[in-house]
Amino acid sequence: MAIVTVPKKACAVNPLKMSQPIGGALAFMGVRKAMPLLHGSQGCTSFGLVLFVRHFKEAIPMQTTAMSEVATVLGGYENVEQAILNIYNRTKPEIIGICSTGVTETKGDDVDGYIKLIRDKHPQLADFPMVYVSTPDFKDAFQDGWEKTVAKMVEALVAPAADKEKDQARVNVLPGCHLTPGDLDELRTIMEDFGLKPAFLPDLAASLDGHIPEDFSPTTIGGIGVEEIATMGAAAHTICIGAQMRRAGEAMAQKTGTDFRLFERLCGLEPNDTFIMHLSQISGRPVPLKYRRQRGQLVDAMLDGHFHLGGRKVAMGAEPDLLYDVGSFLHEMGGHLLSVVTTTHSPVLERLPADEVLIGDLEDLETRAKERGCDLLLTHSHGRQAAARLHIPFYRIGIPMFDRLGAGHLLSVGYRGTRDLVFHLANLVMADHDENHEPTPQTWAGGAAHAPGAAHTSH
Amino acid sequence: MSSLSATIQEVFNEPGCAKNQNKSEAEKKKGCTKQLQPGGAAGGCAFDGAKIALQPFTDVAHLVHGPIACEGNSWDNRGAKSSGSNLWRTSFTTDINETDVVFGGEKRLFKSIKEIIEKYDPPAIFVYQTCVPAMIGDDIDAVCKAAKEKFGTPVIPVNSPGFVGPKNLGNKLAGEAILDHVIGTQEPEYTTPYDINIIGEYNLSGELWQIKPLLDELGIRILACISGDGKYKDVASSHRAKAAMMVCSKAMINVARKMEERYGIPFFEGSFYGIEDSSDSLREIARMLIERGADAELMERTEALIAREEKKAWDAIAKFKPRFAGKKVLLITGGVKSWSVVAALQEAGLDLVGTSVKKSTKEDKERIKELMGQDAHMIEDMTPREMYKMLKDAKADIMLSGGRSQFIALKAAMPWLDINQERHHAYMGYVGMVKLVEEIDKALYNPVWEQVRKPAPWDNPENSWQNRAIAEMEAEAAALAADPVKAEAARRAKKICNCKSVDLGTIEDAVKAHALTTVEGVREHTHASSGCGACSGRIEEIFEAMGVVAAPPPAQAAPPAPEIAPDPLAAELKRRARKACGCKNVTVGTIEDLVREKGLKNIAEVRAATEANTGCGNCEERIESLLDDLLAPAALEAAE
Repeated sequence: MAIVTVPKKACAVNPLKMSQPIGGALAFMGVRKAMPLLHGSQGCTSFGLVLFVRHFKEAIPMQTTAMSEVATVLGGYENVEQAILNIYNRTKPEIIGICSTGVTETKGDDVDGYIKLIRDKHPQLADFPMVYVSTPDFKDAFQDGWEKTVAKMVEALVAPAADKEKDQARVNVLPGCHLTPGDLDELRTIMEDFGLKPAFLPDLAASLDGHIPEDFSPTTIGGIGVEEIATMGAAAHTICIGAQMRRAGEAMAQKTGTDFRLFERLCGLEPNDTFIMHLSQISGRPVPLKYRRQRGQLVDAMLDGHFHLGGRKVAMGAEPDLLYDVGSFLHEMGGHLLSVVTTTHSPVLERLPADEVLIGDLEDLETRAKERGCDLLLTHSHGRQAAARLHIPFYRIGIPMFDRLGAGHLLSVGYRGTRDLVFHLANLVMADHDENHEPTPQTWAGGAAHAPGAAHTSH
Repeated sequence: MSSLSATIQEVFNEPGCAKNQNKSEAEKKKGCTKQLQPGGAAGGCAFDGAKIALQPFTDVAHLVHGPIACEGNSWDNRGAKSSGSNLWRTSFTTDINETDVVFGGEKRLFKSIKEIIEKYDPPAIFVYQTCVPAMIGDDIDAVCKAAKEKFGTPVIPVNSPGFVGPKNLGNKLAGEAILDHVIGTQEPEYTTPYDINIIGEYNLSGELWQIKPLLDELGIRILACISGDGKYKDVASSHRAKAAMMVCSKAMINVARKMEERYGIPFFEGSFYGIEDSSDSLREIARMLIERGADAELMERTEALIAREEKKAWDAIAKFKPRFAGKKVLLITGGVKSWSVVAALQEAGLDLVGTSVKKSTKEDKERIKELMGQDAHMIEDMTPREMYKMLKDAKADIMLSGGRSQFIALKAAMPWLDINQERHHAYMGYVGMVKLVEEIDKALYNPVWEQVRKPAPWDNPENSWQNRAIAEMEAEAAALAADPVKAEAARRAKKICNCKSVDLGTIEDAVKAHALTTVEGVREHTHASSGCGACSGRIEEIFEAMGVVAAPPPAQAAPPAPEIAPDPLAAELKRRARKACGCKNVTVGTIEDLVREKGLKNIAEVRAATEANTGCGNCEERIESLLDDLLAPAALEAAE
């Protein structure tokens, strides 16, 4: 339905996009006692680290090969070797996850080759889990880095499935990076309520949910263990969430022979009906009363919320899967997606209920929002300047969210998560109405040409 | 790139930088390229440093030429404030793609400059070079020059790709860029004898505005602040100032020094953190302006203002002093902030149990010793566990640090206050000091600590991770205490030089084997201190500990000067000149002499004779230990 366009300008202004190496690094952070390592100059790591610290308000494990100018030109073997040895000796991780960057990809470092040499040279590392993903900064976006990294982890760490019988209760869940740790916990609860035993790869809910760790750890303080990933072949089911996870799902199917079911959306009524029925089917259990009631609550919330969200002119900037999930739901609530910007290509974009999707930046989003009189803005925290200039209600969604608390626990999945999202959005709109759009004796003075609906756009 | 490496060499030769003075000619050439450790580094890159230094210029467009990582992951992340334009918060990047990497990114850069001028019409554009375009050979100097000629807007190349070094090198490269392309390119509308520049102040959280009203009141005009709340025109015409104050000791020393060299603007290094520092800085500004032609009555007005502001601040702080009695602070931060904040906290009656000196120069450390006494815990490098133990053992009630270590304190359920650049509060000048004290009080006395320290009702408190961590550390310490061989090994294994990974034992052995007396000698034999050079102070401390009479500190050793013979007299004079009491300005030597000559026996007598320890009272322990040292031999003799 939507036409995907790429604006023809040379300069990105107020970027929406973040780079793919840090998307990859975040995926590694969902593995227990992991140390993500960016192969690049130290700034590559430092910027990503600060970004995640500000978003999650947690200590973030992330290291660098600290490439200097000379090392960059001569090749980074020594730096990769030293970095791995230093991390291995000092922080005692269970896995090191390595992502390349723009600098080392421009030179063309063969990191897979390096790792092989390092394993040969240092016997203690011969079987130590190290996963390398190629993620040049000058290609693709954050979501792509996550996607490639999860697929690579499946390929490298999941043991080929033996013929032994699969455990019907075990479910592999491969979540996209648009889900928060809170979303993952919600899904875990739902699945466990069906008697299923889910294992999330990656599991940010166990590492970046803000719990107090057992001890100071320079590595991740939780997440799925490497040995648990190895046994994923024994699960009878695989569920992928977000179109970005198709690749990891295919890798899992190839490795283990377990087919996967992909849920592109988990926000909204219908997507959750499908999801809940799938769980009921694979578990062989009826839908628990709790979810029957939650469904009713969501329907009621949608009825109450449509008065406020219906007819809203929405400007939304997010990575493809988050955009498709929440954007489609806003459409189902009667909103119009009039200014839509995303970061990278994806098959879901064409199916978005909008006329046009731009692969662009927040300047594009703001310009179109202004032209088209949008009165609700959804994007990450960098939208705050645009929101102030447009003077419209602003809901923060996606990474980074550095100027509000609770980024890790915002819900958009499940009946309950969707219900709460409706309330948050409708409340924003109501507050905005009270503050900025109370009628005055002059509101309708312009006659029919100045209908009440237009009042929303005139600030 | 040749001009970039020439600029970097120039920065490494900066005579104003204490770290550079630690190095030999050959090491300066090597510069900072060796000091980053793969897998063990944590700081930002040179591009980050350049951006931090220049981004607070509010009305210019900052264009980052590189892939999305450099700008997309980091923009709008600093709390600098603007009184006017907010263009600096609009992010511009060429976001180069694979095609650009193959065919070159110069055209995209040129077009980007054009688009920015058409859409935003800024007074100038700063173009930041990053690693990838530097590697593929994009000549940003040429593009900026062409764009400037074509569009008539100044376009300033900032050549500071991340891989040339760490953040502080980037600060200086940014300074070079404005020295070369901005400062002195315009003339101010008018000048007064009261015009000053403030260099190295970024107006984080608006803290410049805690000082500016005072300067306004005195009729002193900030001609240019580099770069907090800076405007392009002000900086371009900043060469007409009469004097300058440099706020952050290392970040932009090259700017201050070269402006003195080129335009005859004298500068001093000062701080507005803490009451006394603020007063000293105001006095120094007035003094320099008078020297340069301002009316001498300025000093009277300055003194009157200082007296008024100090009284207001002291009155406000006085009510906290009883609440802070016996409260101990652990301060983890870098460089200049250490000593300036130490003074500030002591003024509030807090007891400092330790401060980090990881990024501090030798000079910084001397100042800390002056302020905190000889037995100050100077923490080189603490593991999170050690930091926690320090907090837990009630050696500290609160930790003040930058954002990175906040989670250690918070996860340990200990009060913590942010004092680095991401903080939300402004702590400069007299009002800022009062604010800092209020914030510490708020953190210390928040009832939340009692709540969050309670174990879950189903947990066995004995088995909490905190207790286990403490037990583990105690077991380790006990094992070392019981086994002298192990303890010695542990002592010798202490890392002295982080760049070259040289431990204490290696250095001690080398000193003994080759009878070394200088840092240069140690460097030759062990390679220690041949990286960033920051550990040369630590090596001198090893000499002291081993009883080797060390060579004079490198700060005094002019590069071509021949080896100066060790001078025990100078060392003794220096030792005696150290402050025992900061408030009443009493030196160690004064007390020692009085003890010897007049036979003072206890602190009360010292107080009566010298006024030492009659101010804040923090030096009590220091003086007691001084007395112990002096009186112990006499006591022993008496016992025999």
